[in-house]
Amino acid sequence: MRAFEYRAPTTLSEALKLLAEAKGEVRPLAGGTDLVPQVREGRKRPTMVLDVKRISELRRLEYDPGMGLRLGAAVSCSVIASHPQVRRYFPALAQACALVGSIQIQNRATVGGNICNASPSADTVPPLLCLDARAFIAGGRGQREVALESFFRGPGRTILARDELLVEVVVPPPPKFSAASYMRFIPRSEMDIAVAGVASLVVLDGGRQCQEARIALAAVAPQPSRAPEAEAALQGRPLDAKALEEAGELAAKMAKPITDIRGGAEYRRELVKVLTRRTLEQCLEALKRGPR
Amino acid sequence: MKQPLTFTLNGEERVLYVDTRATLLEAVRDYLGLTGTKEGCGNGNCGACTVWLDGEPAYSCLVLAVEAQGARVMTVEGLAEGGRLDPLQRALIEEGGLQCGFCTPGLLMMARSFLDRHRRPTEREIRGAIAGNLCRCTGYDKIVRAIQRAARGQTPPQAEG
Amino acid sequence: MATSTKTRQFGPPLKRGSVAPKRAQAPPKKPAATKAPGSVARAPSAATRQQQSTPKRAQTPPKKSIAPRQQSAPKQAQTPPKKSITPRQQSAPRQAQTPPKKSTAPQQQRAPKPAQAPPQAPVQAVPPTPKAQPQRVNGRTFRVIGQRTERVDAVERVTGQAAFGADITLPGMLWAKVLRSPYAHARIKGIDTAAALRHPGVLAVVTAADLPPLASKGPVQLGELSIDVAALRELVLASKKVRFQGQPVASVAAIDPYTAAEALELIHVDYEPLPVLENALDAMKPGAPVVHDDIFIQNPGERRSPSNIAAHIEFERGDVEAGFAQADVVVEESYESAMVHQAYLEPQAAAASVDAGGRTTVWTTTQGAFTIKLQLCALLGLGQNLVRVVPLEIGGGFGGKINVLVEPLCVLLSRRTGRPVKLVLTRDEVLRATGPGSPSFITLKVGAKKDGTLTALTGRLIYDAGAFPGAPVAAGCVVGLGPYRVPNLRLDGYDVVTNKPRVQPYRAPGAPQAAFAFESSMDRIAEKLRLDPLEFRRRNAIAVGESLADGRPLPPVGLKQLLDRVARHPCWTRPLEQERGHARGRGLALGCWLGSTLSSACHLMVNADGSLTLVLGGVDLTGTRTAMAQIAAEEFGLEPGQVHVRVGDTDSVGYTDVSAGSRVTYVMGAAVQQACQDALGQLGERAAEQLGAGAGEVEFRAGVFNLRGSKKKGIPYLELARTSLRRGGPVVGRGTASGLPVAPAFAAHVVDVEVDRETGKVSILKYTAFQDVGRAVNPTQVEGQIQGGVAQGVGLALTEAYIWTRGALKNASLLDYRLPTALDLPFIATELIEAPAPDGPYGVRGVGEVPIVPAAPALANAIYRAVGVRMKALPMTPEAVFMASHPRAPVQEPAASPVAGR
Ligand SMILES: Cc1cc2nc3c(=O)[nH]c(=O)nc-3n(C[C@H](O)[C@H](O)[C@H](O)COP(=O)(O)OP(=O)(O)OC[C@H]3O[C@@H](n4cnc5c(N)ncnc54)[C@H](O)[C@@H]3O)c2cc1C
Ligand code: FES
Ligand code: FES
Repeated sequence: MRAFEYRAPTTLSEALKLLAEAKGEVRPLAGGTDLVPQVREGRKRPTMVLDVKRISELRRLEYDPGMGLRLGAAVSCSVIASHPQVRRYFPALAQACALVGSIQIQNRATVGGNICNASPSADTVPPLLCLDARAFIAGGRGQREVALESFFRGPGRTILARDELLVEVVVPPPPKFSAASYMRFIPRSEMDIAVAGVASLVVLDGGRQCQEARIALAAVAPQPSRAPEAEAALQGRPLDAKALEEAGELAAKMAKPITDIRGGAEYRRELVKVLTRRTLEQCLEALKRGPR
Repeated sequence: MKQPLTFTLNGEERVLYVDTRATLLEAVRDYLGLTGTKEGCGNGNCGACTVWLDGEPAYSCLVLAVEAQGARVMTVEGLAEGGRLDPLQRALIEEGGLQCGFCTPGLLMMARSFLDRHRRPTEREIRGAIAGNLCRCTGYDKIVRAIQRAARGQTPPQAEG
Repeated sequence: MATSTKTRQFGPPLKRGSVAPKRAQAPPKKPAATKAPGSVARAPSAATRQQQSTPKRAQTPPKKSIAPRQQSAPKQAQTPPKKSITPRQQSAPRQAQTPPKKSTAPQQQRAPKPAQAPPQAPVQAVPPTPKAQPQRVNGRTFRVIGQRTERVDAVERVTGQAAFGADITLPGMLWAKVLRSPYAHARIKGIDTAAALRHPGVLAVVTAADLPPLASKGPVQLGELSIDVAALRELVLASKKVRFQGQPVASVAAIDPYTAAEALELIHVDYEPLPVLENALDAMKPGAPVVHDDIFIQNPGERRSPSNIAAHIEFERGDVEAGFAQADVVVEESYESAMVHQAYLEPQAAAASVDAGGRTTVWTTTQGAFTIKLQLCALLGLGQNLVRVVPLEIGGGFGGKINVLVEPLCVLLSRRTGRPVKLVLTRDEVLRATGPGSPSFITLKVGAKKDGTLTALTGRLIYDAGAFPGAPVAAGCVVGLGPYRVPNLRLDGYDVVTNKPRVQPYRAPGAPQAAFAFESSMDRIAEKLRLDPLEFRRRNAIAVGESLADGRPLPPVGLKQLLDRVARHPCWTRPLEQERGHARGRGLALGCWLGSTLSSACHLMVNADGSLTLVLGGVDLTGTRTAMAQIAAEEFGLEPGQVHVRVGDTDSVGYTDVSAGSRVTYVMGAAVQQACQDALGQLGERAAEQLGAGAGEVEFRAGVFNLRGSKKKGIPYLELARTSLRRGGPVVGRGTASGLPVAPAFAAHVVDVEVDRETGKVSILKYTAFQDVGRAVNPTQVEGQIQGGVAQGVGLALTEAYIWTRGALKNASLLDYRLPTALDLPFIATELIEAPAPDGPYGVRGVGEVPIVPAAPALANAIYRAVGVRMKALPMTPEAVFMASHPRAPVQEPAASPVAGR
């Protein structure tokens, strides 16, 4: 563990200036649930730790029926999971936030950190991918906006340049007559990292057929990603047991899992199949209870 | 590298000059000598270091001390008010919800906060609330019973639990 | 009945090349070895004819490394403390203050049995809770024993005041850190510490070169087990070779922990990597690389070439060939189990201070202060009068906090710097390098007749000791077979070294592995015979007096009562509710543990206000102070709150072995009882003098010393205590207990599970643990022990395992080494059977270890009934269960499921 300087700017411009002018390696710090152990175990060796939690632009959490959800990168999972409008319009995101670690972790961990840590198993990412979330980035050369799916470049790697910060994630309002769900599989009942995770979103047309389906996978590829073949297979079909099963198989086929300490590739594929079906079933049940 | 830090610990203002690498846990234990809060893993996996940070339970081993600038921190030492045990502390003793007692301070901080927010929890809710607090001695049986006992002694919920 | 003076301690001393108890006495052996693997010769045994006729034989252990100590206290050996005065006869009508509303505790679900108080039982001030049936032992009923007395040291623990290992701070204290080997097997060609020493804030760096040469060779006693002192030295600091990843190579003392950590990065070690042996089966292959070039298995006729087999232990009786010939069914199966960790929540921590005069004080978290002291003296060549070890509160041990690891480093660094030094391990270090439990490979062949009678059993038990010999395989052999009567038997145990951390005891060391194999096989054979699994076990249950695997006769124990209780209990009799689409099953398994006894000491001071101060030589793992306060209160007719119990340091109380081996309440209880009787005897003499009678004519009843058979007013205890300082002087009772016979413990677990067929995940619906506890001094604590043991058993059964890649540990964190969380367990119901142990105080027998034993096989048997697959490897992770129950989906690549040794 190397000595480092700690800074906690309160404005975005101040933070960007620190980033731009820093000599050594600067690491943004949000909840610290990934970063602090990484630094203390010497896996990351920053010369400056830049606490982003005091920057107001990153602390925003607002819902607007037109624009959708503005989710500041430094908002904690607890706050998100208990936010009434998140629970109402984006229950899959609330579900995922309430799965991260434990209550103590959720009180610190942020969705921004979950995204920027870029772990293939990040739980909050698949629901956001299904919700077509976009990432807003600020840096020395200005601001940019990308689809969340193109934010990742592999395990632990993102498109962020050294002088850039993730500011917020914007989630458009959910489509009409849609429901979404996120499930993951872990060996314990909590305090575990996903062996596989699947988020699904189903949009029904008036005639109870599937107008659109979105499926996103975690922990079964170098980065969280959508499963377009499986999505396409559901489009325009009645969502009967056979359709769900097929979608599961296709999603499993798309997955490119590796074998590591948390699970074997074959097993992970099986889990994708099961979780895809189960999340789709959950979506249908939610829609049965009353589509939005 | 050392930096100044001012925060409130169990209601008392503390001023320190800490190594930026120090965790809040180390600041409380090693700098300030309040060793009630324990380190079981040092990386957010066991719950022994749970404290309240601005009123919310958090793993103090995952928080840099310098992050606590201006914060209110409460540890197990602050739980028994005026030397009177909190009902949850009593319940743990009465039910036998501790053996070695190493997990106990962190567990108390988590469970107390949970009970403050959930007046009538179910068994499953209790288990979910303390899932981030590992105990290797008890199998959780008597811990869960103690939390249930403390919950029974609480005033009923106003609206919902 | 096992009343021999010297109890054979469990398992042979774990010396390099240690051999079977039996082999030591066996007549000359034929060189043989048809079935033995590789170069391993099996030493045939002569037990065939001798087994039941000469049960004594096996009681004389071949190596009595513990003997000297036992002999040093010959007076106390074996006899339960003699009452110098007549024990008061079930007549404690004294109104004691009622304990805090305990009897209303919501224990109903857990205590379905109403108290069946004997009709003549006196009205008791402290009503027994339903669990504590007032049991008369030696004609006594109890006031305090059997009560759910609150922990006497609980308030410190819930307020954060109790000082654990890492909680000590000393003036001028330095912080130490340890540099560990990144290689699992490598030669150390050089260590350069110069840059680290130059680093500002660093005060000392030590390596193996700074350890003094060993004054003597041979084993150091660690309580139940022992370790070669040379191996111990290597575990503290490796000298020429590292034999597992994480082995210490250097240690630094600096002004703060951050500086010490920085300095580690400046130490340069030149390693020459060597081939790595990751599992015991590979290590046993001929031509395998050797972990030690000075280990040879010591079979006569064996070519003396180095081997990774450190010991081959054998138990044999009858004629197995003939036995299998009689069998109607034979089941043969292989099992394996992963390396697991005790995972006490508190990492090892110690501080040491060496003063200018060379006196060394060590504060540490340990299961045995005296054991730490002996190890320090042996390693560092220190006089035993110059070392004081102060045990701090211990945040869990489970067998893993017996050997020294951090203490010698603190002492070396303190000596070097002249300042106190503290060293606290990280969780990563705890998992990598403190000594987990042994992984195993076990093959069993079992034969039985149609009516269920077992006819023969053979087994090959291979236990992986890690980098230095000492796996608990002998124990595994004996207790695996423990619950069963098998006339024809042959068990071969192998203690094998590999490039993994040296194992240490873990709660009933060796037993869970063996029970998994034995109880799974017993379940299979019962099923083949279409017999009810419980009925099958009842038919084959070993009876008191029959021989255990090692020939020792089974001492009195309530195995039969235990099985009867299961047979009547709704958890077994009521059918498991099935639900459509859910795969559910119920499993049963038994467990056995013999425990150890060793030595304990204490002294008791009678205060002038009548209260007592009791100083124990053993540490309080969890509730010892309370149980001992209850015993002293019982003996004196006081309340537990009037007894202050202190855990002494090694300068303040008599030698006491480790708090382990389920021996604490059993042996320390006997010592405390003796100390009480000693003190009461002294007071009785004073009373007799004042009453003008002989000492033998006075009896102590209900707080008063009376002339026996006389109506004359006696002298109250309180009065004698008050006047003690003026009349007769201070009263100090002395208690030592040593060499008690073992008091075995049996348990039966019944578990209902549900398996998610699509993911393989096992959920526990209901768990009931039955156990013969002899006498529950404090039912709350006994239940707690059982529940904790079950939880650890569930962990090793379902989720816990070391995962290796070529000797590198891949999951050294509590995130990926998965202890059960509160959500992974249900309430754990306990059923206490109280079949008194003849030599235990009040009938007490050890309760701490056996509850871990039956969990894995009970779960495996339940999983089988739910989904129809027999799991043969621990842990039974979701992935493993899924893969086993979906054979149609061929495994394309080796699953990373954490199975033993991979
Ligand atoms: C016990 C435990 C359990 C866990 N369980 C889960 C789980 O179930 N599911 C799961 O997905 N994760 C889990 N995690 C991982 C972790 O908690 C999450 O990834 C969390 O969301 C990270 O958020 P954070 O705010 O703590 O991030 P930090 O640790 O603060 O940051 C993570 C990374 O992102 C960078 N970063 C943070 N914010 C920004 C920003 N605004 N701009 C640019 N870079 C930034 C940091 O530099 C760092 O590299 C667990 C961790 C622990 C310790
Ligand atoms: S010490 Fe912080 S969670 Fe374990
Ligand atoms: S009581 Fe020991 S870890 Fe919980």
